[in-house]
Amino acid sequence: MRKFLGLAALAATLVCGTASAQQINVKVGVLTDMASLYADDTGPGSVVAAKMAAADFMKDHPNVKVEVVSADHQNKADIGVQTVNQWIDVDHVDMIADVPNSGVALAIAPVIAQKNKVFVASGPASSDLTGPKCQPTTVHMTYDTWMLANGTGKAIVKNGGDTWFFLTSDYAFGHALARDTSAVVKANGGTVVGEVAHPINTSDFSSFLLQAQQSKAKIIGLANAGGDTINAIKQGAEFGIIAGGQKFAGLLVFAPDVAALGLKTAQGLMFTETFYWDLNDGTRAWTKRWDKERNAPGKLPSMNMAGVYAGTMHYLKAVAALGSAADGKAVVAKMKAMPTDDPVFGKGSIRVDGRALHPAYLFEVKKPEESKYPGDLYNVRATIPADEAFRPLKDGGCPLANG
Amino acid sequence: MFTIFGVPSGALFGQLLIGLINGSFYALLSLGLAVIFGMLNIINFSHGAQYMLGALTAYLLLQVTGLGYWPSLIIAPIVVGLLGIAIERFFLQWLYKLDHLYGLLLTFGLALIIEGVSRHYFGTAGLPYTLPDSLQGGRNLGFMFLPNYRAWVIVASLTVCLGTWFLIERTRIGAYLRAATENPTLVRAFGINVPRMITLTYGFGVAIAAFAGVMAAPIYNVSPNMGSELIIVVFAVVVIGGMGSILGAIVTGFGLGVIEGLTKVFFPEASNTVIFVIMAIVLLVRPAGLFGRRA
Repeated sequence: MRKFLGLAALAATLVCGTASAQQINVKVGVLTDMASLYADDTGPGSVVAAKMAAADFMKDHPNVKVEVVSADHQNKADIGVQTVNQWIDVDHVDMIADVPNSGVALAIAPVIAQKNKVFVASGPASSDLTGPKCQPTTVHMTYDTWMLANGTGKAIVKNGGDTWFFLTSDYAFGHALARDTSAVVKANGGTVVGEVAHPINTSDFSSFLLQAQQSKAKIIGLANAGGDTINAIKQGAEFGIIAGGQKFAGLLVFAPDVAALGLKTAQGLMFTETFYWDLNDGTRAWTKRWDKERNAPGKLPSMNMAGVYAGTMHYLKAVAALGSAADGKAVVAKMKAMPTDDPVFGKGSIRVDGRALHPAYLFEVKKPEESKYPGDLYNVRATIPADEAFRPLKDGGCPLANG
Repeated sequence: MFTIFGVPSGALFGQLLIGLINGSFYALLSLGLAVIFGMLNIINFSHGAQYMLGALTAYLLLQVTGLGYWPSLIIAPIVVGLLGIAIERFFLQWLYKLDHLYGLLLTFGLALIIEGVSRHYFGTAGLPYTLPDSLQGGRNLGFMFLPNYRAWVIVASLTVCLGTWFLIERTRIGAYLRAATENPTLVRAFGINVPRMITLTYGFGVAIAAFAGVMAAPIYNVSPNMGSELIIVVFAVVVIGGMGSILGAIVTGFGLGVIEGLTKVFFPEASNTVIFVIMAIVLLVRPAGLFGRRA
């Protein structure tokens, strides 16, 4: 009797087992800057983008359950590493997304690789993430310093801006951006006359702008982002930089920054981005939904937030194809094998070194009289196709490129 | 021109002038802190948030009522000063007999609340606030281009600083205030309403912070974070100058602004930390601060 009951119980569990075998659980962690200089370019907007990707994916794949958590790294590498360790070891997070601030990103990438989870880096800029510091578990979305330097730098030098002075944010990102842009400037016949490094999150640029003025360079390259770029441009207007004949080159500018500056101050700025809310019907429809979810009127989505959405969607597709999120390297290999397609970036792919490839655009900020409705900020000056926008695979120095 | 340590003299004078301008903000804010600590024995950690509220009020006055910079210079300090009086009446008055730490914790908590709420409604990218038309443009001094507005900042803050110092150190009401700090019971025995004086003093210190905020609005980013970035440096300034000394706060504020400006020329990466290095040295050599009275 006991043996019969035991066999019946075993049979029952086996039947139940096969019925629920397809259920996949995934946890995504959005590590971002919630309150400091990058908060409007990423922050809560990125969390919304990740939640949108999760909801869209779960609608089409009812057997996958996606949970999104978030945390603030406060632009500190030690807090970033601590959060990632806790997320992976204790909270069973499978994928880390966003992470604006290249210093934090470069610190957590090897940790995530060692624990065999996935890093969808849509926030940081340093091209080292697909260069010497590449990892088999890192996918670098949205942009990088090489793309910015090549898109913006080349266009400005060709336009006559051949002497440059850099205002560099004194950490990994600023130095990478200044380095990549200097290389482009010199390769196109320009010269770099000087550079000054300022601490991240500086509120007063008057001293640095004075040094830039005295260098007499035609172009003042802003190798910084977020609140730093806004402050530098605002105070530049006050010190008569433009009136004195010099021009600013915004090397990393997001739509929320332009909105904060206002068109009167920002008009004429030229820079490279990979997403603009008003670019086509796909981006417009996505932005409308993002706006509803974000529920903060007047805010615009940045290319980083679009990157979180696209990266998370592609990651979830790879997980569903494999059936499990457990092996990070395998998931990333699947992500590289599948072409990408989403409403924010269009069609693209992920290269063997982790670099996501899709078109980039050279934008110019409209004059106030050209803007017809709120959020109407950019004119498209050029489209850079995916195979030209990013650094060639052989130039990166990533060990994965040879394998 | 000639060069000093490899930097052209013109560039150096320009940086000194910029340093003086930054020093004006340090002086104004540390003056408010010194007044509040000297008179009330409260370490007002919400000073940065109150500075931010001044700038935010100026922005809101412009958006909602259309009032520009000049009316805001008067109205914003009054509004924020009234808020300061409310804080003092509801929260701070219970803490005077306790350890300094309670005042610090309370005001720190208030700062977090004020900044968090502002961040929720206004984000962190910053709000636009343009220079007033009468102060636009600038003059070319030969070695640098000095914006008119920044010249106004130096003049205004020097006036407010010296006016406050004069009020406290050289007038009768200032004398009552200083006496009330040392021996409130005795001063009350003379018929002077000490609690009301203390409340008004706190409101006055907060109003100075808000005044600095309005002056900062056109040139620095009006954002909920603007206070927290500045307040740590201002505390260092106050500690170096001596916690209770008004003159110390003013002189140290301007002086450290100049030193920071020079650091930005010769070693810009350290410009964030030079004031704290000086603070460490001063605390080792003269723990009471350069002008401090208490040991």
